[in-house]
Amino acid sequence: MSSQPNPERLVYLDHSATTPVRPEVLAAMLPYFANKFGNASSVHRWGYEARQAINDAREKVASLIEASPNEILFTSGGTESDNLAIRGVAHSRKAKGKHLITSQIEHHAVLHTFEALQKEGFEVTFVPCDKYGLIDPDDIKRAIRKDTILISIMHGQNEVGTIEPIKDIGAIAREHGVLFHTDAVQSAGKVPIDVRDMNIDLLTVSSHKIYGPKGVGALYVRKGVRLVPQITGGAHERRMRAGTENVPGIVGFGEACRLAKADLPEESQRLANLRDKLIQGILDKIPDVVLNGHPTLRLPHNVNVSVKYLEGESILLNLDRMGVAASSGSACTSGSLEPSHVLLAMGLSHETAHGSLRFTLGRSNTEEDIDYVLEVLPPIVEKLRSMSPLGPGSGL
Amino acid sequence: MYNDKVMDHFFNPRNVGEIENPDGVGQVGNPICGDMMRITLKVKDNRIEDIKFRTFGCGAAIATSSMVTELVKGLTLEEALEVSNKHVAEALGGLPPQKLHCSNLAADAVRAAIKDYYERQGIDVDIEVGHDEHGH
Repeated sequence: MSSQPNPERLVYLDHSATTPVRPEVLAAMLPYFANKFGNASSVHRWGYEARQAINDAREKVASLIEASPNEILFTSGGTESDNLAIRGVAHSRKAKGKHLITSQIEHHAVLHTFEALQKEGFEVTFVPCDKYGLIDPDDIKRAIRKDTILISIMHGQNEVGTIEPIKDIGAIAREHGVLFHTDAVQSAGKVPIDVRDMNIDLLTVSSHKIYGPKGVGALYVRKGVRLVPQITGGAHERRMRAGTENVPGIVGFGEACRLAKADLPEESQRLANLRDKLIQGILDKIPDVVLNGHPTLRLPHNVNVSVKYLEGESILLNLDRMGVAASSGSACTSGSLEPSHVLLAMGLSHETAHGSLRFTLGRSNTEEDIDYVLEVLPPIVEKLRSMSPLGPGSGL
Repeated sequence: MYNDKVMDHFFNPRNVGEIENPDGVGQVGNPICGDMMRITLKVKDNRIEDIKFRTFGCGAAIATSSMVTELVKGLTLEEALEVSNKHVAEALGGLPPQKLHCSNLAADAVRAAIKDYYERQGIDVDIEVGHDEHGH
């Protein structure tokens, strides 16, 4: 992608896409590539060393969500964890029923998995959300049938940042004897999670969203919950997920969880302050902009706005030239002809959804970064609007 | 994703704006699909004397709009009608495959503007504007 040779500043505001590996995490991982290379299944000192490292990491991951270590399964990432939870429960409980409940605003890893299960003969209810992207627990309650076996509702919405009332949904699920899964890929390490207090049976978490390496994640499976494994082979991960463990990745993920938990209260507050400054600044400086997502029940690092009369990709290209990384829910950036299914489910018009911009904050961001974005974004919008046939007077 | 020529036309678009009292106006696409182009032109002695565009859309939509104005400015109307969306993409040195289909409408907008010119002049010419509705 062509860019201005030397932008004044580089500002990465796409932390919901991925994050850099923290130096402490990288340092923890390095010995496990060449020096401590053992297979954790082996009966010798190389093997014990790897097994011990995995056990330590499992404790750290469990601690982040207040689970027991023996309730954590390591996987290749968030997508696999979602697949294992949803397909694993559906296949293990199909004798009890064939009805599943999820929402219209889930990540594709969840949504497309449910769609695949529909083709297998399962019936799925996709509950809607309100204009803030919030799911009403009463809608879940009304959707429950005698043959409902699983509810899957995400914790923090990945595009618009809305935090869903999963504790209430978990309580409803439990009351009806239905298992409850939540995709916590965007919320883990950002907001406190206690799987017992929140009535969660299965929970997905990913390493690379919290400054760990890519290619590793975990599924929390409450003790007593049965799954049908989706990858078969050896006896790894309590026979629930075969394949030689990715030891360096798991070690890095564990360290990332430990650091995330230690930093959580302070870092979340810091990010929320920067988030609010960015939201307010954009709304103050640019006319015809709307905030997407909930004003207060919101992930501390998520900003999502729609810039009316513009298409998102054209803004992203200009921001990139100025050194700023962001993302959009427009059709051009969604890889399809339709804009984001989340924004449409919230009731946004197609044209407003095309103009959505997501900024997701992280550890590297400072007040100066926010000031810089607020300096470069308004002229970009002004320039593109001067080229657009749409506008307040166009009637479109 | 885009080559340097596309980026040049995107960041430094040629002939942006709207001609006052145009001889022809063409508008294709719609904001629901994420792409909309509006072309205004002036015709003198059967040639496109001046042409301007306004576009709502992605990088490819804006770059193809800019390129088509460069390609057809000064051409006779018959010559301009021969310029296709494919020619515009080629003149830009190619577009990403997913953009060829959805954001490459600029030549259609020019044809729509010429068609409008002929209609205003009361000239009966059958012009195929292409996927005007941009439906999918």
